[in-house]
Amino acid sequence: MSLDTVAAAKLTPENKQPFAELGLKPDEYARIKEILGRRPTSSELAMYSVMWSEHCSYKSSKVHLKQFGDKAPKSDALLVGIGENAGVVDVGQGYAVTFKIESHNHPSFVEPYQGAATGVGGIVRDILTMGARPIAVMDPLRFGPADAPDTRRVLPGIVAGVGGYGNCLGLPNIGGEVVFDQTYAGNPLVNALCVGVMKHSDIKLAKAAGAGNLVVLFGAKTGGDGIGGVSVLASETFGAGGSTKRPSVQVGDPFVEKILIECSLEIFAEDLVVGIQDLGGAGLSCATSELASGGSGGMKVALDKVPLRDPSLSPEEILMSESQERMCAIVEPNKLPRFLEICKKWDVTVTSIGEVTDGDRLEITWNGELIVDVPPRTVAHEGPVYNRPLAQPAYIDEVNSQAVNVPIPSSAGEIKAAVLKLAGAPNLADKSWVTSQYDKYVQGNTIQSQPDDSGMVRIDEKTHLGVAISTDANANWSYLNPYQGAKLALAEAARNIATAGARPLAVTNCLNFGSPEDPGVMWQFAESVRGLADGCLEMGLPVTGGNVSFYNQTGSVAILPTPVIGVLGVIQDVRTRMPMSFKTADLDLYLLGDTYADLAGSEWAFLHDQRTGQSPNADLAREMRLIELLLAGHETKLFSAAHDLSQGGLSAGLTEMVLRYCVGATITLSNVGIDLLSESPGRVVVAIEPYKFEALQELGLKFSTTVSKIGTTGGESLIINDCVISLDELRNEHTSTFPRLFG
Amino acid sequence: MRVGVITFPGTLDDRDAARAVNFGGGESVALWHADADLKNVDAVILPGGFSYGDYLRCGAISRFAPVMKLVIEAAEKGMPVLGICNGFQVLCESHLLPGALTRNSDLHFLCRDQEIEITNNTTAWTSSFAIGEKITIPLKNGEGSFQCDDQTLAALESEGRVIARYIGENPNGSRNLIAGISNARGNVVGLMPHPEHAIDPLTGPSAQGLGFFTSILNAMVK
Repeated sequence: MSLDTVAAAKLTPENKQPFAELGLKPDEYARIKEILGRRPTSSELAMYSVMWSEHCSYKSSKVHLKQFGDKAPKSDALLVGIGENAGVVDVGQGYAVTFKIESHNHPSFVEPYQGAATGVGGIVRDILTMGARPIAVMDPLRFGPADAPDTRRVLPGIVAGVGGYGNCLGLPNIGGEVVFDQTYAGNPLVNALCVGVMKHSDIKLAKAAGAGNLVVLFGAKTGGDGIGGVSVLASETFGAGGSTKRPSVQVGDPFVEKILIECSLEIFAEDLVVGIQDLGGAGLSCATSELASGGSGGMKVALDKVPLRDPSLSPEEILMSESQERMCAIVEPNKLPRFLEICKKWDVTVTSIGEVTDGDRLEITWNGELIVDVPPRTVAHEGPVYNRPLAQPAYIDEVNSQAVNVPIPSSAGEIKAAVLKLAGAPNLADKSWVTSQYDKYVQGNTIQSQPDDSGMVRIDEKTHLGVAISTDANANWSYLNPYQGAKLALAEAARNIATAGARPLAVTNCLNFGSPEDPGVMWQFAESVRGLADGCLEMGLPVTGGNVSFYNQTGSVAILPTPVIGVLGVIQDVRTRMPMSFKTADLDLYLLGDTYADLAGSEWAFLHDQRTGQSPNADLAREMRLIELLLAGHETKLFSAAHDLSQGGLSAGLTEMVLRYCVGATITLSNVGIDLLSESPGRVVVAIEPYKFEALQELGLKFSTTVSKIGTTGGESLIINDCVISLDELRNEHTSTFPRLFG
Repeated sequence: MRVGVITFPGTLDDRDAARAVNFGGGESVALWHADADLKNVDAVILPGGFSYGDYLRCGAISRFAPVMKLVIEAAEKGMPVLGICNGFQVLCESHLLPGALTRNSDLHFLCRDQEIEITNNTTAWTSSFAIGEKITIPLKNGEGSFQCDDQTLAALESEGRVIARYIGENPNGSRNLIAGISNARGNVVGLMPHPEHAIDPLTGPSAQGLGFFTSILNAMVK
């Protein structure tokens, strides 16, 4: 095929172009022609198609996501907000922390290992790009039914991919989630979170400023992998009988990424870059257009200088390739020699491919011929915006009006059966089968990890400053009420931070939904965003960034609305963190918060195939009082342990506590069935030494939080009223599920 | 007491190993794989990680790094050398230790707290322990199954060169539950589990790994 140049495009306005195959709608194609005043060249078409894809342009979500800015609480902590590669918050002592979650859902269904691996790789580069050293990762995962044959293909592959990549990068994996539901069959969710740390002065931004500065590409060579991954994969629903899309999935090389991280950090330390951007979704199209838009707009790139793994690649393919482990930097010419030296030390391929210009256009040439000449903002930021129709789906009224109809245990035998059933349920069972495939120790700063309420890492060995992160979503509640569901997930994540003694500071999110072209899904999305924005405003927590993943559906069946919320908190001295469970006998156990008959959306209802009723209402003022109570108790060393109650209620919470350090407990409950199974939000179980009761009671009064004694610690059983379950039996039930299902 | 910690491209636990050396009372010295001298160190640690991405075989490329020529020469003259995890694999590939580390028997990467028993306290790296002492330190690797031929195994056992064994169920299929071995002279030790991640209960399962890093000080005092 002959080269399609700008000159040729002007001469051949009638040429038919495959915009539809590239995922562009006719009106979008028309708009490109209007912007350029001519038909796009094939290279320009490639760029616009990937950058205007749902995944890159947020065209369906933008109008809703604006709320995170409009409703943003006043926060002194936010150093870099939404729009950059990742948000950055001030955690004190001159440190800044950056964190973000991204999805890699579609590639992980097609090719579980590589999809998950490159999901980790992509988010790690986003964090690195901010100038930070990545210090930990987390992975919220969702799968089809635990016993479905395809889950046996998808889950082990995804877990191995997350581990294979993260372990090889030397990043501790400090938590996440593993949740099963029928709707995720064919649409597994792989969300990857990374957190990084830097000094305030080291923050880097994606901008190409200063005419004459060089555009430098470094890292892996460009190959044919992942071409069109963005537009073809992430932005279309899988058809039931569709062809396999394997070639669109990128292949990762964590070794190259590890080298790239160390090399980049050395380059940053010597202040050798003006701006930097990683090459992720949409590859060079994204990096060049975003860097140029971040500056004054002018940039010239000689595409033929890009080092190739496959010399037969066309310019269009080079622009769209999503080959992993690549970075693009803007470097002052006098700093280039040192830049090259550091790359040489690390054996990293580096090439100067262009320069920043005075103009306002991104010009790309191929062997001297102009093949792209565009205003970069129109590619990167001025894509189409859709105000898609939305409508409350019919199911909402139907399920909300139906009561939950589940058996409530009361006899000792029924209680035992219920506790054991929940302990072994795939959503609540011990996840060691998964987490033992992840390195949690590397870097030597991990204070907490799975199965603790949150992940916690130390960021300064001398001052003991640390950060804690939790990611949470309750898709069952979001299904019943997406507005409340998002708020409840936010509250849960914040609570999971506070139980360790860390103060919640900032929020990230990964919003996983079905097709935005379905008004019902769009309504779920809009309600979730509204709930999260309202919740963040009320709790005073800024949203620092996030990710939207649409089209998670097979045919007409969408996934449950799954807004995964990540909350980051700060703890001044990690040595003082509160463990999630008790290590000794003769402590008193108290429940903080109130229990109602909240069975709608509960794990107990899920186990009885009930997806009906009304989700609890989030009472964030009460949640905030509970958090303040926990932090005040932490300050005075009141608690020996604190553990959040969420999925599986008190039953699951007690199971996790007694098994954590193999110390039993004796519990007395008045309304035993509901007390054990209800998932009323805003509840925490704490252990204290008996003499501290008055101090606890005082805090309860001060923060208007109900404090109820539920039992004492000790023994080798979990005893609930007249029901006795030995820890051995409980452990066996809790730990055998995953090995039985996945080998 | 200067203890060199080598960083190969892809090494991950170098900073942890350096921290452990300093915790133990030594002075850690960073060594780079391309270095042409050992910077007057008294001992060397090859830390864990995925040097050269574990391409070809774990440790197979690292053994050709310029610094390894110097390490091999020094080891043959008696310098204490400790290889942890990937470092153990490099030592086997370098023929400073016999045998090989192969894929875990269940084919999964495994990270867990592992109890091991110290079975030889006469090496440069284990003298702080008592024979039979049981310690819990992290085990984390994908290829940790120690394998060798029967003759080598018999020699290792009869010469007391098995320095640590796994307790309980075999975590990875290692022959005779071997977690670590030494050379005949006792200056070169390879260990699969990670003592550098068990120097402080705050960040590890125990502080029982510290013994490896204090042992080396004893070795020098002698």
